[in-house]
Amino acid sequence: MSLASAPPKTAGPALKVVYKSSTKPTWCPGCGDYGVVASVERALSSLQVPPHEVVVVGGIGCSSNLPHFLSSYGFHGLHGRAMPVAEGVKLANHGLHVIVTGGDGDGWGIGLGHALHAMRRNLDLTYIVMDNEIYGLTTGQASPTSTMGQKTKSTPQGVIEEPVNPISLSLAAGATYVARGFSGDPKQLSDLIAGGIKHRGFALIDVFSPCVTYNPLNTFDFFRQRLYKLDSAGHDPSDLVKAHAKALEWGDRIPTGLFYRVERPTYEELEPALKPGPLVHQKAGLQGKDKVLDEFV
Amino acid sequence: MKDISLRVGGAAGDGIASVGESFCRIFSRNGFYVFGHNGYQSVIRGGHVWFQARASPERIWSQGDGCDLLYALDRQTVDVHAPALRQGGIIVFDPEKFQVPPEKVPAGVRAFPVPTLELARKFSPQSILQNAVGMGACAFLAGVPFATLENVLGDQFRKKKDVLEQNLGAAKLGYEHAQAHGAASDKAMPMKGGAPKLLLTGNQAIALGAASAGLKFLAQYPMTPATSVMHWLAAHATQFDIVVKQAEDELAAINMAIGASYAGVRAMTATSGGGFSLMVEGLGLAGMTETPLVVVEAQRSGPSTGLPTKTEQGDLNMMLGASQGDFPRVILAPGGAAEAFRSTVRAFELAEEFQTPVLLASDLYLSEDLHAVDREELPLDHVPASLFAVPDPPSGSNGYKRYLLTPSGVSPRAIPGQKGLNFIASSDEHDEAGHLISDIYAGIPMFVEVRRKMMEKRMRKLGGILRTTEPPKLEGPANAEVTLVGWGSTALPVRDAMAILSSRGVAVNYLHVRQPFPLHAEAIAQVLRLAKRTLLVEQNYTGQLGRLIRAETGIDLPHKLLHYDGEPLYPWQVVGKVLEVTGRVAS
Ligand SMILES: Cc1ncc(C[n+]2csc(CCOP(=O)(O)OP(=O)(O)O)c2C)c(N)n1
Ligand code: SF4
Ligand SMILES: [Mg+2]
Repeated sequence: MSLASAPPKTAGPALKVVYKSSTKPTWCPGCGDYGVVASVERALSSLQVPPHEVVVVGGIGCSSNLPHFLSSYGFHGLHGRAMPVAEGVKLANHGLHVIVTGGDGDGWGIGLGHALHAMRRNLDLTYIVMDNEIYGLTTGQASPTSTMGQKTKSTPQGVIEEPVNPISLSLAAGATYVARGFSGDPKQLSDLIAGGIKHRGFALIDVFSPCVTYNPLNTFDFFRQRLYKLDSAGHDPSDLVKAHAKALEWGDRIPTGLFYRVERPTYEELEPALKPGPLVHQKAGLQGKDKVLDEFV
Repeated sequence: MKDISLRVGGAAGDGIASVGESFCRIFSRNGFYVFGHNGYQSVIRGGHVWFQARASPERIWSQGDGCDLLYALDRQTVDVHAPALRQGGIIVFDPEKFQVPPEKVPAGVRAFPVPTLELARKFSPQSILQNAVGMGACAFLAGVPFATLENVLGDQFRKKKDVLEQNLGAAKLGYEHAQAHGAASDKAMPMKGGAPKLLLTGNQAIALGAASAGLKFLAQYPMTPATSVMHWLAAHATQFDIVVKQAEDELAAINMAIGASYAGVRAMTATSGGGFSLMVEGLGLAGMTETPLVVVEAQRSGPSTGLPTKTEQGDLNMMLGASQGDFPRVILAPGGAAEAFRSTVRAFELAEEFQTPVLLASDLYLSEDLHAVDREELPLDHVPASLFAVPDPPSGSNGYKRYLLTPSGVSPRAIPGQKGLNFIASSDEHDEAGHLISDIYAGIPMFVEVRRKMMEKRMRKLGGILRTTEPPKLEGPANAEVTLVGWGSTALPVRDAMAILSSRGVAVNYLHVRQPFPLHAEAIAQVLRLAKRTLLVEQNYTGQLGRLIRAETGIDLPHKLLHYDGEPLYPWQVVGKVLEVTGRVAS
């Protein structure tokens, strides 16, 4: 039996690791999510993490199928509930790298509550949201990040709700690594993902990942015309107030890159029951602990 | 039956449960069997709450019928509970607070004034010590030596020496006052000094059973009457290195437990019907991904928010049918604290062996009331098996199939972190390797076949579960006029009713269905076919177990005692119904 013990977060001697699964993605040709899975593979290779020490947890949606297209351990759960599964995995064995992947509907709609609570707990998780501003798998309804006025199958007269702002929400909820990527820029994206995996604490990477089939508004071109990089603009990611200000930028110029990063104790570090090491390696049961019965006398 | 019952009543915040529990402990420590029922309301202060402590040198299972001592902290307690006093009963009250009008005192009962406030003031200007005085008086009336009361109070206030001294002083004044002004109850029982019993709630038994089975991860969201499972485990979390996670809701709780179990630790969640409603989709996820999971469902009066502090067994239908599609599940329904302990250990074994969810059905009555058990009934010797049973494959091999088709339906399970066994668990239908067949393969003939085989594989586990679990056994004499049928905590008042009936020469036995699903239909049918007469006893409106038995055996149980007023079922109610169906009293 060989089981992952807490793996080093820095690269060891170069390994040739294959993260590609034998299962080929079933996304539409041109879908933004291809760029995301490629960036995850690249990030994992750059960190030299063996696939059996990685668990990728997905919800339900086109994007949430991503764990099937990697050779690591995977869990493909319920719509909106990937996060609590990932939290359970991490608490059971904090020696594993746990990555959560999903869509804007999965994470910012049905699963929003879980996402915010996971952030404030600062579990050491990497959360990648493939934000296409639409419900892809259910064939094109409005999502919580769809634009005001956008016509979709469920809003033929146009959306009449303000979209949520994933970056602002994550900053407010206490995520300790908050970034935005674009699947059209796999170099930047894989760096952001690798940074998130290396980060000790909760890392969010919201990714503009266009749905070429159901969202004619937020296309690759739409983003190419508007995106600029925060690091080139001299943004200081240790400044929370500036990060909040940057999160509000929208319109002709939209920032990508690292908004904010801070070191804070993780939930795993603060949980007393994990002091002796990952739960999965600990002794279980009450043999020889009969004294506990004395409290009932 | 030789027993004595003390009932204490007042408003929430009066310390009623604390007095009741102390009385339970006085007796359980001295080798008596005890039952403590806490009748409370969904308010933090005010209202009317009461506690009944019943003790007997013989095995008793329930709160019993009626009481012998009534310690009334307010007038309402007299109004509500005086009718429950038995011959020779005593009402203890403080005339400084209220009077007991003679017409409120049943025949054969005496009202016994004790100046609790006045005596308490000797120690403290606040009224806080009045209960200590009251307890002292009640202890004398119940025949308890003062040293015994001293011993229990000593533990209760172990950490605060000065508070202990005041309480002991006040209790002594109450004791001496009662001694000087009246005789003890004729139900008073000498302390026999037997081996102390253990006194615990059903939830404590469940939590202890879980820890003994190897629990390492509990995720829960507070909901009465399941909450104290989390309280006990949280209080012992650092002692036993168990992660206790209060989740943001029940959706998260069950999914966290599934994630932890998938990652290789024994995991559990606990809730009541409302929370279980939210867990329904997660239950199916555990079934589909073949992840072991234990869910405690402590029922309370429904529907909806219902009566949060009152009991019922109304969720059997939901537990049987929760979540879309067919998948194997187990429902265990223990009757009593020792059984709850054993069933919890068994729940983990079954969840692990068959890689599927197991529901432990409890209810407010079992979960929150106090039960006395013998120490031997809670053996902590269980050795949890290693979960890393799958050997490493030879290097370079990638032939591991997490969902391998096997005759038993159970496939070898790898744990994330094990090298070379990487797999994906999926809520979508999948093939033996775990790859989903729900998108581009759905409906293609070869994969139609895969779907059929995967469904059959999972469902095959039910046969194995039936073969490895014990069919229900009849309790009581083989030859009986009436065979009672019930599940879960109904066993408690039924067992006491059987003792009463037997003392009156009426032979009844009880088919305790401890595993409502999968149901041992053949064994049950055999018992029912041989029965002279049957009586279904359930704490719900529609007779949910009765319907299940009819569906699985074709046998209808025409006589029913269905109880759904939120109060515990009382032995006399069962006795009355038995006398009715046997034609001894008119219906
Ligand atoms: C409980 C539940 N409700 C609804 C659905 C149907 N459903 C599947 S995917 C989806 C939306 C997916 O949107 P998103 O998360 O943005 O993923 P995308 O397909 O756009 O990548 C919905 C509503 C479901 N599977 N489960
Ligand atoms: S529908 Fe949209 S999101 Fe889904 S695979 Fe196609 S392009 Fe991608
Ligand atoms: Mg989407």
